[in-house]
Amino acid sequence: MDWDVILSYLPRYREALLLTLRIGWQGVAFSLLTGVLCAVVIYLRLPVLKTIVGGYIELFRNTPLLVQLFFLYFALPKIGIRISPQVCGTLGLGLLGGAYMAETFRSGLESIAPIQTESAESLGMNRMQVFGYVLLPQAVSRSVPGVVANVIFLLKETSVFSTISLMDLMFTAKDLIGMYAKTIECLTMLVVFYLLMLLPVSLLGSLLERRVRFAEFGD
Amino acid sequence: MQSLGIDVLFKGTNFLRLLGGLWVALRISLVSVSVSILLGLAVGVLMTSKNPIIKAFFRVYLEIVRIMPQMVLLFVVFFGSTRVFGWNLAPETSAVIVFSFWGVAEMGDLVRGALISIPRIQYESAEALGMTENQTYLYIILPQTIRRLIPLSINLITRMIKTTSLVIMIGIVEVLKVAQQIIEANRRVSPNAAFGIFAVVFLLYFLLCWPISKLASYLEKRWA
Repeated sequence: MDWDVILSYLPRYREALLLTLRIGWQGVAFSLLTGVLCAVVIYLRLPVLKTIVGGYIELFRNTPLLVQLFFLYFALPKIGIRISPQVCGTLGLGLLGGAYMAETFRSGLESIAPIQTESAESLGMNRMQVFGYVLLPQAVSRSVPGVVANVIFLLKETSVFSTISLMDLMFTAKDLIGMYAKTIECLTMLVVFYLLMLLPVSLLGSLLERRVRFAEFGD
Repeated sequence: MQSLGIDVLFKGTNFLRLLGGLWVALRISLVSVSVSILLGLAVGVLMTSKNPIIKAFFRVYLEIVRIMPQMVLLFVVFFGSTRVFGWNLAPETSAVIVFSFWGVAEMGDLVRGALISIPRIQYESAEALGMTENQTYLYIILPQTIRRLIPLSINLITRMIKTTSLVIMIGIVEVLKVAQQIIEANRRVSPNAAFGIFAVVFLLYFLLCWPISKLASYLEKRWA
């Protein structure tokens, strides 16, 4: 292990980490938004929209992110839609994550016993009130473990961004190995930087899971 | 507007080559899934152990698999381990090692979850009926656990298939690589072929994974 080499590579890895984090969080935010919207559409059984959303979820849950990114980045320009690598990354991550998040929120909503809706209605609440005050808070707390798992999954998936020439951690490691052949140092730094990125998320996630349980009714 | 690559797809043996690439991905995932299920069953039983050392060991193992991208593991095994230990690893072997390492952890966790979800009373009732520990496991616990596990392991197969798309990075010629080769070879004749070919690859993955995940959710509902 050559420490001078590691020190000299540090700035490049830091840049790459920041880029990965930026696109990662944008993608996660986008996926949360998409997920909530899709889950609400499916839960309220809106005609037509429900079918479209269902198809979108199946399509994106059953294909790899790498293939989705290749399609966005290499195929779409051929029909005149040109997207920058950054936007491609965010969009791809958001679309993939949206499909996963939608499933998580949907099962969160469905896990709430029908008697709660009925009780709320018998208290004179209208549909929006039932949704906003009774279903949503509980659904959110029940979805937290799923959402945390999805966020970690999405941040891990960012490792394929190097294929669409984004200078993320993976790209940097590959690039430096290709130039200076310091394989061990580069790979160790790669592992350490991914740990730095994901360990806090993982720890924070389990903390959050314990914190939000109070919103649940019963047991 | 020029053709979008559908003609290129049916030129020569191009479509068959794509399917061949898909088969490579499928082969790697089937081997890895088999290893994962077999070892995962054992690891899952070990995970329910009360021994603090075993518990800590598997906690660390699970956490590593949970937060390390499979791509990083692929690089570490394919480029790193060969450098450190000086051995030769074929790309496909490294892929199987990495995906099994990942799959055993996932499967083990599923097995552990299924085992602890069996209510205490089932063990106690079996004991009250005079069954030995082995009989309890064989006739009471295992049948119920397997029922819960089958849909989850089928799901693991689709996740495995999707993850095998990463092996393109360590030089395995799978469906995406074949697609790139076809596009490059026809660049002059059909410059827009990328659209059609990548759309077909997208669709192929979907057609492969969708029925499998449908089967998993069907079984999950039926056996719940």
